[in-house]
Amino acid sequence: MDCNRVFVSKVKRLTIVFTLLIAFLSIKIDTFAQVDSAVVPVDSAVAESAHAVSGEHGAEAKHGEEKFEPTKVIMEHIADSHVWHLWGHTSFPLPIILYTPNGLEVFSSGHFHHGEEDYQGSKYKYRYTTDASKQGMGQNFFNKNIKVVGADGQIDEVATAQLIDFSITKNVAALFLGVVLLLIIFISVAGAYKKRVGKAPKGFQSFLEPIMVFVRDDIAKPNIGHKYGKFLPFLLSVFFFILINNLLGLIPIFPGGSNVTGNIAVTFVLAFFTMIIVNINGNKYYWKHILLPDVPKWMYIIMIPVELIGVISKPFALMVRLFANITAGHIIVLSLVSLIFIFKSFGIAPVSVAFVLFMDVLELLVAFLQAFIFTLLTALFIGMAVEEHH
Amino acid sequence: MELVTPSIGLVFWTFVAFLLLLLLLRKFAWNPIMGAIHDREQSIDEALNKAELAKQEMARLTSQNQDLMQQARAERDEILKEAKTLKDSILNEAKKQAQVEGAKLIEKAKIEIENQKKAALAEVKDQVSSLSLEIAERVLRTQLDDKAKQETLVANLLKDVELN
Repeated sequence: MDCNRVFVSKVKRLTIVFTLLIAFLSIKIDTFAQVDSAVVPVDSAVAESAHAVSGEHGAEAKHGEEKFEPTKVIMEHIADSHVWHLWGHTSFPLPIILYTPNGLEVFSSGHFHHGEEDYQGSKYKYRYTTDASKQGMGQNFFNKNIKVVGADGQIDEVATAQLIDFSITKNVAALFLGVVLLLIIFISVAGAYKKRVGKAPKGFQSFLEPIMVFVRDDIAKPNIGHKYGKFLPFLLSVFFFILINNLLGLIPIFPGGSNVTGNIAVTFVLAFFTMIIVNINGNKYYWKHILLPDVPKWMYIIMIPVELIGVISKPFALMVRLFANITAGHIIVLSLVSLIFIFKSFGIAPVSVAFVLFMDVLELLVAFLQAFIFTLLTALFIGMAVEEHH
Repeated sequence: MELVTPSIGLVFWTFVAFLLLLLLLRKFAWNPIMGAIHDREQSIDEALNKAELAKQEMARLTSQNQDLMQQARAERDEILKEAKTLKDSILNEAKKQAQVEGAKLIEKAKIEIENQKKAALAEVKDQVSSLSLEIAERVLRTQLDDKAKQETLVANLLKDVELN
């Protein structure tokens, strides 16, 4: 099949990209490890100065004449946060939920006063820091920003390593908002279908119906075949989940603006669902293709690992594609806005706004396109796993 | 580095939220919506098929009507033609009969006339003869009053006879 050949070449390309990415990550981890080791011996000094610097920083902020650092600003917007920034110095705190070996700890992030103060919880004393160079242990999967402060006022690395951060962060809150919106929209639309049985769609129902029918007729049916019905709920959920979060991310003011689908954790979970669904529904032909491919026996030593990598690399590509596209869009828009502050001139504003407008329209397209691509590839992978060979 | 390091909190909450979303939407949205769309599509297909069938039926009926009409027209023409020939034949027959009848009547009339003529002639002859007898008688009576005249008459008669 022609389509299959194209796909195989795509998988090969992805495998190369994947390898390069792994290589890139390993180099980056090395450099960070070096920085960490350099920092650890002078930990006490750093901790002292950290406090002083953050104090100074706060004082500076109050005077309103701080130096504009576009990278810092953009990364703050792109990354997750324990407070939801509204405007200027106004933001509202979100709950922090910490798993500690002694039990759960729940408190408001407002107690940290943007990292300027430590908070005495019921289990430990906590310190909040976003600056990697002041964190000692660096950032990891379990806990990025919250440190345990020992009795001597220094970071207790052992206790910190045991913390697991389950906080309702900005992205989690935005995600919940997206989920609630989806539930409200689609359950009310389902109600409209029940009320108007057999009649033409009306209002919001008629706006969404073509999209749902598109997902069914142009994504699910051609790629999966007659067994599409079982996978349609997942495909529709993924499509609209990505779409609504992409669109909410484009809104620059309060409930929107969060980089939910541009966060690797979110795309990781979505790709993980795809991987699980593809592999638990894979039939004997799918597993035979992976474990007993049609090649000479001595090739197995190469082919089987390659096929097994393929099992991981397909959802991995999904994860990275969505993450990179949405994050890139946010970065470009924020960079264009930052131009005004870099040049400190109103003259650049019309140019900036024009470009931002252009990018926003483009991102609107990308929001639909990425939801479509993610769903399409998911359907394709499912279709390959459930395809019957005769 | 922070960008490509997922955090467990977001992974956990995304997992929970998405799983809940999937289950709730499957139960309360996708299944009813897709079922309704499927049912409606089927009913629309059915309606279209029915309309197509009705159209065919209609066309069939129309052509049947046309056939019937044509047939009726042909039949009417046939009947009219038949009627015409019948009329013609009746007319001809009547004419012939009338002619024959007329001829007969004329013949009868002729015979009658002939008979009448004969009778009339006979009567006229009778009357003429009796009249002439009477005249003759009267003439004779007057003539025979005078002797001389009687003699001349006889002489004339004799002369005639002699001539013969």
